Amino acid sequence: MDSFTSITATAVPFLRKNVDTDVIIPIQRLVGSGRTGLGPYAFERMRYLADGSDNPDFPLNRAEYKGSKLLLADENFGCGSSREGAVWALMGMGVRCVIAPSFGDIFFANCFQNGLLPVRLPIEVIRQIAEETEASPGNARTTVDLEQRVVITPTGAKIPFEVDTRKRDAMLHGLDDIALTKRHAEAIAAWRAGDRAARPWAWDSVA
Amino acid sequence: MAKTMFDKIWDSRVVADLGDGWSLLYLDRVLIHDLSGGRAIREILDAGHTVAEPRKVFAVPDHAVSSQPGRDSTTFAKGKPLVASLRETTAATGVRLFDLGRRGHGIVHVMAPELGIVLPGLTLACGDSHTCTNGAMGCMAFGIGSSELGHALATQTLPQRRPRSMRIRFEGKRPPGVTAKDMILHAIGHLGTAAGTGYAIEYAGGAVEALEIEERLTLCNLSIEMGARTGMVAPDEKTYAYLKGRDFSPKGAAWEAALADWKRVPSDPGARFDADHLIRMEDIAPQITWGTSPGQVAPITGFVPEGDAAALQYMGLEPGQKLAGTRVDWVFIGSCTNSRLSDLRAAAEVIGGRRVAPHVTAWVVPGSEVVKQEAEAEGLHTRFLEAGFEWREPGCALCVAANGEAVPAGQRCVSTSNRNFVGRQGTGARTHLASPAMAAAAALAGALVDVREMV
Repeated sequence: MDSFTSITATAVPFLRKNVDTDVIIPIQRLVGSGRTGLGPYAFERMRYLADGSDNPDFPLNRAEYKGSKLLLADENFGCGSSREGAVWALMGMGVRCVIAPSFGDIFFANCFQNGLLPVRLPIEVIRQIAEETEASPGNARTTVDLEQRVVITPTGAKIPFEVDTRKRDAMLHGLDDIALTKRHAEAIAAWRAGDRAARPWAWDSVA
Repeated sequence: MAKTMFDKIWDSRVVADLGDGWSLLYLDRVLIHDLSGGRAIREILDAGHTVAEPRKVFAVPDHAVSSQPGRDSTTFAKGKPLVASLRETTAATGVRLFDLGRRGHGIVHVMAPELGIVLPGLTLACGDSHTCTNGAMGCMAFGIGSSELGHALATQTLPQRRPRSMRIRFEGKRPPGVTAKDMILHAIGHLGTAAGTGYAIEYAGGAVEALEIEERLTLCNLSIEMGARTGMVAPDEKTYAYLKGRDFSPKGAAWEAALADWKRVPSDPGARFDADHLIRMEDIAPQITWGTSPGQVAPITGFVPEGDAAALQYMGLEPGQKLAGTRVDWVFIGSCTNSRLSDLRAAAEVIGGRRVAPHVTAWVVPGSEVVKQEAEAEGLHTRFLEAGFEWREPGCALCVAANGEAVPAGQRCVSTSNRNFVGRQGTGARTHLASPAMAAAAALAGALVDVREMV
């Protein structure tokens, strides 16, 4: 997993509710794909016009926002399908952090598996960052600091955010979950032996 | 202290407390499918891990396979390497594979309960958001992404943060024409698509107890459309009767031991939930979605509301327009939501000697090989075929459009699946979610129609 400490970027306002993972990456692009190379297909149904050229109305196509690492979103971002390709596609187009009032639970978990930081902030704060950015899109910069757990808006307001200690540590250091869990190998073995004795039916019917 | 069903299952599966609200949970079952399963196994093997408990992992190709009659794994060319990878990696690691055409093959959330793989009190994870379907068996089933799937395969565990608890009670008498699909669509419409985010939902109340197992599977299937990774129904006599004698259900003395454990699974009287909702069955009418989110739903007697211009433009609808009478081009009866035998019976029941409207393409895709064989044994396929429906092979088909099958751009489809997202059934496809009976009625009428006027 990519580690994440802090980013400073132009925040791209994309304030739509219920942006689902089908919209972030169509399933057809994931049939047989790997974890890389998906960037050009992120949001493709709204990002391009029918002739394949950039849709000028799509925020991430605007010159001042293109390639930004920071996306501002509305409630329930990343709802729907569990496809981790949604995270790979966002990262493939350069996004490293999404700030939204709420996220789809599976997407939220997938973000932390890959080093894309999902930050939950109230919609009023997100609108404030959007307004400050749109007032001066060429110069406005927003900082997201995971170490300090703070978002600094373009005008310098410091907004603290909450993040799981466990997830924060893993992200700061780019830790691998499987390796962390394997430290519990003895506990897992002991638990299994105990469960097998207590609930043999859950084991023997599939043995 | 009185505990909820969710608390009991969770607490019984904690291997280690990881702090900060996190636990390392043991997974009793892991399900994998063609879209991510082969790759997940390959990735952990390449990283030097093994599949920790291959006998507790079950594989089935369902997403990227054609549903065309007479198909094989090569019919959809882009899916061929995914199925090949699933075959190779499962053979190499000792994971059971239920391949195309074989007993047990089907949509992963149809075949798993059907074979008794999913049992009350267990934990289950799968790289698919509709894993919540399986909670209808009284277990904790949840969807995960590819990386977590690799973790699940390599360790048979997952670090998880305990969600909050929610109960949704359905009480009262079920009105005519109202199915489990209408119950859950109504709930999503009223509570919202994010109401369940961060929660595990238990569906309860007299009207849920009255549901058959296949209906409970439909109810739990759309939990994720309310934001909840997990939805569940307490196991009861119906659950036990359903499970008895299934391929992977416990047998003999083990069955008796299992039954004794299962009877302790339901929530204790007086157990407290972080959120509690009550829905009256009398308030529910047959539902139809009008927008591009499952919460954008109305009774079939209703009108298209104002408010979401982008959704209405995509759907080709005008505010104030009556929903009934809107012309339909496609009908899809299938998916992990509504492709079980009782769903197909309900759809066939509506036909009553009529034919699919000439301008409508209508598909029936049974959820599994077992469903297909049972439906054919009672002649349902003949009734569909004679009425002008296509009778196809088991798979995800038009629900996900990952298999070369799609509704053409601009065309309107009444679908028994679970998502009406932009592009879900194909680029530009317009999806209206409904029950199997409502979908069948729309196929015959060639338009959105109140099923109660058709029976």
